[in-house]
Order: sequence, then structure tokens, then C-alpha cells
Amino acid sequence: MKTIRIGAGAGFAGDRIEPAVELVEQGELDFLCFECLAERTIALAQLARQRDPAAGYDPRLERRMRAVLGPAMARGVRIVSNMGAANPLAAMEAALAVAREQGLTGIRMAAVLGDDVLASIAGEDLPLLDRAGSLSDLKPISANAYLGAFPIAQALAEGAQVIFTGRVCDPALFLGPMIHAFGWAEDDWTRLAGGTAIGHLLECAGQLTGGYFADPGYNDVPGLARLGFPLAEVNEDGTAMLTKVAGTGGRLSLANAREQAMYEILDPARYLQADVVADFTTLNLAEAGPDRIAVSGATGHPRPESLKVSVGYRDGFIGEGQISYAGPGALARGQLALDIVAERVAMQRLAVDDIRYDLIGVNAVNATGRAPEPAEVRARVAARCADRATAAEIGAEVEALYLNGPSGGGGVTTTLREVVAVASVLVPRGAVAPSIVHGVS
Amino acid sequence: MRLRDLAHARTGDKGDTSQICVFARGPAQFSQLERALTTERVAAHLAALRPRRIERFVLPNFQAVNFVLHGVLSGGVTRSLALDAHGKTLGAQLLDMEIADA
Repeated sequence: MKTIRIGAGAGFAGDRIEPAVELVEQGELDFLCFECLAERTIALAQLARQRDPAAGYDPRLERRMRAVLGPAMARGVRIVSNMGAANPLAAMEAALAVAREQGLTGIRMAAVLGDDVLASIAGEDLPLLDRAGSLSDLKPISANAYLGAFPIAQALAEGAQVIFTGRVCDPALFLGPMIHAFGWAEDDWTRLAGGTAIGHLLECAGQLTGGYFADPGYNDVPGLARLGFPLAEVNEDGTAMLTKVAGTGGRLSLANAREQAMYEILDPARYLQADVVADFTTLNLAEAGPDRIAVSGATGHPRPESLKVSVGYRDGFIGEGQISYAGPGALARGQLALDIVAERVAMQRLAVDDIRYDLIGVNAVNATGRAPEPAEVRARVAARCADRATAAEIGAEVEALYLNGPSGGGGVTTTLREVVAVASVLVPRGAVAPSIVHGVS
Repeated sequence: MRLRDLAHARTGDKGDTSQICVFARGPAQFSQLERALTTERVAAHLAALRPRRIERFVLPNFQAVNFVLHGVLSGGVTRSLALDAHGKTLGAQLLDMEIADA
């Protein structure tokens, strides 16, 4: 049976660089995929592109490409990534420039376009998913449809060695090479579901090999400072063996693989993707040796008729301030600090859309209601306001606690940022037309 | 005993929805987990969240129970004022739940 080897080079935009190099040099890969595009990132990238038409792709693209392009091309490893963000064409041009700078000529690259549907849906009365409201209530700055894997497979079939997409379903980055290598049909729901499960397991890179899993004394993971990223030996029937480069840090355990299989999955019988609805209730993961997990059994149903579109829009400003208290009575002084700011906000009639008061160490992330008296607390106030100047007042009010608040406050920090929020809508599949542009170094 | 002795957990987010999947450490613990981890107990343990709705999915293939908590992330990570906007710490907090000995 034919097998291909696919590595996970990054699980988010800020991920470590060297594990991908390790995979290229020692993983005997056919493909290396980088998932670098969080939900909101594309909206921020769209703003960058508005300021500079040559920008709008992942700011770390050049750094990653300088590290992996040479060794990957020398070994015939093809690269797929969503580092194109809001501008896949400019991403391809930037990577071609890196190739030329390194003396790599004749490298064929491609950009997958067509996810950007802002012009065609702006102002339409589409209901928002997951909350009340309509697209027409928002002022969108970006709207990107989640494309599937077939445009990636097509770009590979047309000879591309390096491919940049914008928004695609994350597992599709991995499914594309499988479709290309094995010639899976558009309605082969079982294999597409199998490939989706494998892609989903790989898409967060180190989260499969021991990252985000360690809990000393309960789940021990060796060598997290040198965590090796995973790769899959994928079979033509849509099953795979997951593993990692020998000697790297981390551990690919069954418990960790199960966690990652269910990561961000709501209804496990209906994992909605552009190419298939995958059913993970039949998925089987099995230990097959040290750092080796066999994946089989995923089943699939016909793909949805609609595609999800992620819409980025401006949503005011968030202002925030924090101050610490320690020693006896720290909790009471922290609470007093919050009460003072709350009274000041009301007194000055600050126009806040939403405001939140936390005691970090007590109830900021703790949702259980149980909170023994801590040795230190950090009072935190955060508010979302339509107006930048009002949001800035929140930090200023916390800072004023130095001289006007409870005794012993220290370490004030304040932040102010514009909010680019994300909402989702559905569009008919036919309203989205992917296309491919090729280039050569 | 505490849930942490029987299980491990991973938390994910989609928009305003948090998803916490709790995995048994072995087959014996799975049946205990399935009995003890009701939606009512999860809602009561994470009382401050006040979910709009909780869905519960049992996964015998992973010896796991998946909880989907709707409306708990202050509108979602991109506009939330929460320190942990993703709600990533919630799974670990759930592991502090007291479980009656089998």
C-alpha cells in the first residue's frame, strides 16, 4: 500500500521554528504543513494589507522560509501553509524572494485565492451563527470563507512545491496532500473523514506530542524545551501511524492523542468541514509502540451545502489596568481597590459597553467560586468602550490607585487596544470560487 | 477522591462556546466517570460560568465524556474582557471536583 509522510511544522503563528527544520532533516517527509492562522489573525492581516498592499501575510513567513526552504527543497519535501493570511499572493512573492536570495532557482510556488468574500457579502442580511444579530449590523473589515482541501490538491497536481493559502479549514492543509497523492474522490466520505481526522490530530503540532499535556506527577512529559513536532505516515485507505523524530523531546502517548482528537470538537459525530462531515465516534486510536499511535476508523457523511465565513469587524476599544496587593489583608485591599474604581466609573459616567472587575489569584479565571485567602492578589479592571479616550480612562483610574487607593498597591500596568472581533455566517458553497496562481523563483 | 485522580482533560473554544473533554485514565475509571459526571454536577462545579445550555457526549472509543458549554466565553475570545478569554483553564478546574469512591 502506498504511504506518504506528512509533518506538522507549526501549530500557530508564533510557534517555534526549529522543530520544523528537525522534521525536514530527519523525518523523511513528503510534505510539511504549517498551520499559522488563528480566527482573528486574518482580520488583523486585512488591516495590515489596507495600509500596505504588499503586506497582509504572516509576519514570520520569511523567517520560517529561510529556515526550512533550502533543506525542504533539497529533499523533495513540499510545503503547504495558510501563512498567506489576507494576502496569499504577496506571501508567495515573499517566499519566492527568499528562494532567490538563497540561490534556489526554479522553485515552483502557488497561491490559493478565493476565500476572501468580503466584496460579495458585505451589507447582506445574513444571520450570525452562535449569537443574535445580522451581518448587516456589523462594519466588516474582512470576510473569509473556510475553503476545503481540493484547491490545495489541485495546486500540487499542477506542480507547486510550496503553496500558500488564506483561510482554509485547518485539517485541509494536511488533507490536500493526501487527496493529491492518493487521488481520493470528492465524494469518498470515508477516506476524506480519515484524512480529516489525521489532519485534525496534526494541526496543532506540538499539542499532539506532549505540549499542553504535562501535569507533574499526573501526566509527566520529558523534554518539553526540545519538543518534537509530529508526523503521520498516511496510508491510501485513510488510516495512519502518528509518530515523531527519534530523540526529540515530548511524548506521543495514547492519552495525549485522545485529548488532541477531541480538541475543539463539539458534537463528535458531526465535525463540520468544507469537504466532509466527519464522525469521530468511530475513530480508533491505538498505541503501536513508543511514540507511535495508529489512527483508523473515522467515518464520514456528505459535505455541508454551506461554507462557514469568518467576518472580522471593529468592535471598539478595550482599556485595562492592574495593580497588586500582598501581605495580611491583601484580599480586602484588592477588593477595596476594585470598589473604588467602580464608584469612579459610575461617578464620571464613563461610557463603557461592558466592564469587568477581577481579583487575579481569586476569581479572574477561577469559575468554581471556591477561593482560599491568597498571599497576594492582583486587582484588574477591563472595559470595552466605543471610544478610545474612554477606554484609556480605565487604566488611568487603576494607576491613580497608587496615591488614592488602598495601602501597599504596587506594579501597575495599563493597556489599551482596538478590538477586532470575529463573527461567523454561512454562505452557499456556489458563492465561493477558489482559484490558483503559480509562480517560479 | 478528586476527578483529577481518575481523569485528565483538555479544553477548547469555538466562538462563545467552551468545550471540555474529560478522559478516564483507564476502563474502570471510565464507568465511574460516566456515572459521576452529569451536566448538573459540571454546571454546579463551574458555577460562575452560568452556561446558556450544556451538551454532553459520551465517547466510549476514547473513554471520555465531552461537555459543550454554550454562552460562557463573554461573546468569544476576540471581544471578551476575561483574563483567560479562551477559557483554557476550565478543564483543570473541573478536575478539582470531588467524586464519591466507587
